[in-house]
Amino acid sequence: MKYLRDIGSYFIMIKKVFGSFTKRSVLRELIFKEIDDLIINSLGIVAFISFFVGGVVAIQTALNMDNPLIPKSLIGFATRQSIILEFAPTFISIIMAGKVGSFITSSIGSMRVTEQIDALEVMGINSLNYLVFPKIIALSFYPFVIAIAMFLGITGGWLAGVYGGFTSTTDFAAGIQDSFIPFHLTYAFLKTFVFAFILATVPSWQGYYMTGGALEVGKASTNSFVWTSVIIILANYIITQLLLSS
Amino acid sequence: MIHVENIHKRFGEEEILKGISTTFDKGKTNLIIGQSGSGKTVMLKCLIGLFKPEEGRIYYEENAIQDMDDEQQRSLREEMGMLFQGGALFDSMNIEQNVMFPLRMFTTQKKSEMLERVNEVLSRVDLENVNKKFPAEISGGMQKRVSIARAIVNRPKYLFCDEPNSGLDPKTATLIDNLIQEITHENDITTVVVTHDMNSVMEIGEKVVLLKNGKLAWQGTNSEIFKTDNEDVVSFVYSSDLFKKIREVQLKKQ
Repeated sequence: MKYLRDIGSYFIMIKKVFGSFTKRSVLRELIFKEIDDLIINSLGIVAFISFFVGGVVAIQTALNMDNPLIPKSLIGFATRQSIILEFAPTFISIIMAGKVGSFITSSIGSMRVTEQIDALEVMGINSLNYLVFPKIIALSFYPFVIAIAMFLGITGGWLAGVYGGFTSTTDFAAGIQDSFIPFHLTYAFLKTFVFAFILATVPSWQGYYMTGGALEVGKASTNSFVWTSVIIILANYIITQLLLSS
Repeated sequence: MIHVENIHKRFGEEEILKGISTTFDKGKTNLIIGQSGSGKTVMLKCLIGLFKPEEGRIYYEENAIQDMDDEQQRSLREEMGMLFQGGALFDSMNIEQNVMFPLRMFTTQKKSEMLERVNEVLSRVDLENVNKKFPAEISGGMQKRVSIARAIVNRPKYLFCDEPNSGLDPKTATLIDNLIQEITHENDITTVVVTHDMNSVMEIGEKVVLLKNGKLAWQGTNSEIFKTDNEDVVSFVYSSDLFKKIREVQLKKQ
């Protein structure tokens, strides 16, 4: 029963986010601030993780190729497929649920605890539009982060493969071009948009409707990470089933 | 003027407000007092529309808040200023941005005009040279004064204050009380203050409403408090020896 009520409350929140709009000039400033907080400030960790995980994928693939009949280009092929289909869109999103999601929940939760949200409401401002809408718009730039993650992941795989002595640049390049299906990129970016919306709204819901004090802000941040991750994984399964299984 | 008619507010099975009716006068500081848990803050939140009472009506001048749609309620709220217990200043903004916030949201003034008004209200609350500081960098009393400045910057018709003195030393508390009363008189606004501080009652209680267990127990002025024999007033006000002695002196004078 509680889950049903929570789901209902989430969708009511989404409706209210697109209700009465904040003044355009103020909203513009908020969007730029959120782009800085949520997108630009995440680039470092995303770049670091993508580069090294790409390298590890390449090394793992190479180390598991016992059969001499398997071409070395498989290392590039496996790296590309892993990075584009799952690692960049899904696993980076799980990492972002921890980084960005916790940040969103704790910042909105702190505003709730210190009555700053009440202050907005008393002034006649739609606090959900003021707080959540700029985050949704800022995270619509999230696919750019994922594009960077894809590029750096494959680059990491290439460098680890070549400099680790597992493959040559020619074989790796042949692998990443082998049996390339452009729709896989469409699929990856489509699900990235869905994950971006989840990343903006689920942590906001957790923070906005929390009650209590500082301890509860911490608990809400943890819940936010758990639920955002669960919803991303479920959405990933559904989108994959719908777009790739036919 | 705000008129409250028979409001009831429940949270689950528990009834917090049990049919309160009263009027908060224009140009006066109206105080809601009572023990912790008597329903003061719930009543204030009903007045400002953060809680919706299950029964009863709240009139702003002639208009019942219950008859207003969301847009009308938002317009009404633009005419309200609110001083929260903890100040509720926006952490991410400096003092100047905090005070300017209502002007940016609801007016089309140029930045220079807004700055002029911000400096005017900051100097009215005796704060200067703090414009670029952040809320965490100033004292609790200064935060309250910034919060008052933010509440009055857009020239509200109604000012609400939730425990404005909590956590302040007696001297600063008196300063804040006097500031609230002066602003009320200068701008002829309807001010409602929730407090359990008897010093505030004596300093600025032009109208005092006593709540007990969610019911209206007594209403009158601060000067009438010492004369009344109402049991609830006597047990609330004279819980301290100091006020018992003041009452004895007052009664002897009569």
